[in-house]
Amino acid sequence: MSEEREMITGMEAPIYLQYNFTAGSASTRFLAQIKQGKIVGQRCPCCKNVYVPPRGSCAACGVATTEEVTVKDKATVQSFTIVYIPIPNNPIKPPYIIANLVADGANNSFIHLMSECVNEEVHIGQRVKAVWKPEQEWDYAMDNIKYWAPIDEPDVPVDQIGKTIGGQ
Amino acid sequence: MSAEPEMLSQPFELGFTYTRSTGPIVGRFLTELRDRKIVGIKGTDGRVIVPAVEYDPVSAEALGEFIDVGQTGVVKTWCWVKEPRHHHLIKKPFAWALIQLEGADTPMLHMVDAGDEANMTTGMAVKVRWADEPRGHITDIACFEPVSGGE
Repeated sequence: MSEEREMITGMEAPIYLQYNFTAGSASTRFLAQIKQGKIVGQRCPCCKNVYVPPRGSCAACGVATTEEVTVKDKATVQSFTIVYIPIPNNPIKPPYIIANLVADGANNSFIHLMSECVNEEVHIGQRVKAVWKPEQEWDYAMDNIKYWAPIDEPDVPVDQIGKTIGGQ
Repeated sequence: MSAEPEMLSQPFELGFTYTRSTGPIVGRFLTELRDRKIVGIKGTDGRVIVPAVEYDPVSAEALGEFIDVGQTGVVKTWCWVKEPRHHHLIKKPFAWALIQLEGADTPMLHMVDAGDEANMTTGMAVKVRWADEPRGHITDIACFEPVSGGE
C-alpha cells in the first residue's frame, strides 16, 4: 500500500429501527386464522364492505367491524409492479412481481407476491390463486401463502375490481 | 389445535443501509481525522469553523481554506448520560458535550469520558482520545477525556 491513501468520499451511515410490533385484536384474529389456512376478513355493518386483512374498523364509515367473513384464496390483480432492484437481505431474486390483490369476496387489497407467471404478461384484472406452503409450516404470517399464481379465468373489468358488495 | 393467542406481538427491525457522500469539504475533514488531525475551515468573517463546513453559516459563501486546530479544547456545555443506551458507543455513563478546540471559534459535538458526572464542569479542559484504528469517520475521535485528573 502506498503512503498516499485515497481521500474519503463517503461514510457509512446505516439506520436501524428496532421495535416491537403488536398486531392489535383484528390483526391477531386474522393471523390466527391464516395459521389455520383460512383468509378471514371483517365486514362493515354500515357499507357492507369486507376488509382483508381487517383492521378492526371501517375507515370510510368510522365504525368497528366485528362480523367475520371467510374469503376465498382466489384474487384479482388490482395493481402491480415489477421489482428489478435487489433489496438487502431479501431472499427473493429480482425481477419479481409485487401486486395489490383483491381476494374474492373482499373490497380492499393487500400486498403480496406473484409467481409462476410471465412478468411481461401480468396485467390489472388478472385472476390469481394462492399457492400455500406445506401445512406443517403454517405460522401467524401472510407468507403461509408462498405467492399467487395466475389461473385460467376471464379478467375482471378494471371498474369492477373489489366492487362486488356482499361477497362473490 | 392450540389455543388462540390474546394478542400477537413480535420484534421487528427496519434497516436503511445508507452510505452518505461526504463532498470535498467534509471528505477532507474525515480524511484528516484518519491521519489523527483535526481541521476546521475559515469563514468569511475570519472565524474558524470546526468541523469544516461547505458553506459559511452567515454569508452562505462557499468555503475552502482549511485550518489545522488543536487536539485539546474546552467544554462549552454538556449533558450527562447516566444510562447509556444500546447504540451509544461508550458503554458506561458519559457526557455529550460541545467542545471548542484550540484554534477554533465554534464548538463541536462529541462525547466526554469523564468517569463520573462530578468530574464534569463547563469550561473544563479536554483532549482527544483517538480510536485505535482510524478509518475516516467522526468516531476516529473515540471521545474526549479530561486533560488532568478525571478518572
